[in-house]
Amino acid sequence: MDFAGWEMPVQYEGIREEHAAVRTHAGMFDVSHMGEVEVEGPGALAFLQRVLSNDVARIEVGGAQYSCLCNEDGGVLDDLFAYRFGGDRYLVVTNSANHEADLAWLGRWSRQLGDVAVRDVADRYAMLAVQGPHARGIVAQALRIELPSRMRVAAVRVGGRPALACGTGYTGEDGVELLIDPEVAPAIWAELLDAGVVPCGLGARDTLRLEVCFHLHGNDLTPDRNPIEAGLGWCCSEGTGFIGAEAVLRARREGTEERLVPFKIEGAGIPREGNPVLSGEDRVGAVTSGTFSPSLEIGIGMAYVRAAVAEPGTEVEIDVRGKHRPARIASKPLYQPKG
Amino acid sequence: MTLAEPTYPDDLRYHDQHDWARIEGEVATFGITWYAQDSLGEVVFYDPPEVGGSVEKDATYAEVESVKAVSDVIAPMSGEIVEVNEALADAPERVNEDPYGDGWLVKVRLSDPGEAEQLLGAAEYRKLLENS
Repeated sequence: MDFAGWEMPVQYEGIREEHAAVRTHAGMFDVSHMGEVEVEGPGALAFLQRVLSNDVARIEVGGAQYSCLCNEDGGVLDDLFAYRFGGDRYLVVTNSANHEADLAWLGRWSRQLGDVAVRDVADRYAMLAVQGPHARGIVAQALRIELPSRMRVAAVRVGGRPALACGTGYTGEDGVELLIDPEVAPAIWAELLDAGVVPCGLGARDTLRLEVCFHLHGNDLTPDRNPIEAGLGWCCSEGTGFIGAEAVLRARREGTEERLVPFKIEGAGIPREGNPVLSGEDRVGAVTSGTFSPSLEIGIGMAYVRAAVAEPGTEVEIDVRGKHRPARIASKPLYQPKG
Repeated sequence: MTLAEPTYPDDLRYHDQHDWARIEGEVATFGITWYAQDSLGEVVFYDPPEVGGSVEKDATYAEVESVKAVSDVIAPMSGEIVEVNEALADAPERVNEDPYGDGWLVKVRLSDPGEAEQLLGAAEYRKLLENS
């Protein structure tokens, strides 16, 4: 499957098997398509505070934080993790489809604000996400490295080369994301497979993240939606004056017409992106992500719906190719990892 | 778990949209081929049509879904549905495990058994796959 110019497997042995491996053991994803941007200089904090929605001043050295990258209208250009691995050195990990646009945006603002260098370092890193209750133990032992705790980042050596180990992921399970030298990546991949982790493709990555209601930019987040309606108000600190803060604050105060909510199908049917959400005769929203949940064995999804039907427990119907499937708005996460 | 190797039994007739028919007198059993189930991946949902409904050759009569995608199922021949595979509601993976056996989809009383002549034999269907 071609994904933003990368050859990516949707699956290796099967989505359900790979999904189960991450929920119960350890799975590994090659997510080298993710982009990396290094931000460095005396003005790095002031710059990131301006472009990222979260309060970047709260990231300690060795810390990680999730943020939105907003435009002036509060629309979400991308969602990303920022890691602080030095006093004024940060690494921002972008979504591949947005990497070039993010770079242009960050470059433009860095020149305006000054005292900061923004470098595209995507070619410098391969990225392996090892996720699952046993992921951390297997990685630490196989690669003989000390791993950072959750939401922390550590400089380590992998394959004899400098690398970064991040206590983050996109599955809801414990685990690490390794940013390593691309030259050693194939050998490290093989070494971790030998140590017992299960190779996983994009298919399982999608079912895993949707069960825990993590957003997928391009589906659940777009430049036409602000973080408040997307349920990401928790990662916005309008007091920092970030680009888009005024619009975000207005949305927070006044509320939004629609909200992104998770839902479960009650009975048969698998919702898919674009399916209308119905309440009685009225169309009240649309599905942005939908799939079959291997853990719950039902159809699940996320949809932007009118605020009046956004409360957990509300009964709606999803129009799945002409069949009206009963569904219920749920709360996050749809599946609670046991780890 | 699934048939690892492509398999196309000689006693079936094949539609170029990757469906098969096992014709036994006036009634035929329909299903999807090894190639179709392999392309689709693990089937997690089968939405059967209603018994008594009619199917028309080359038209969609059901949907099978994998985790990732939904696929229309095309009728290889025309007729009236006399039975649907209810067991797939609880075990849709049978479509992968045994596409020509327990993974059958519907049984149809044929309205025009002569349509069989327009379908492909196993060798012709294999050739179609090789050239696609």
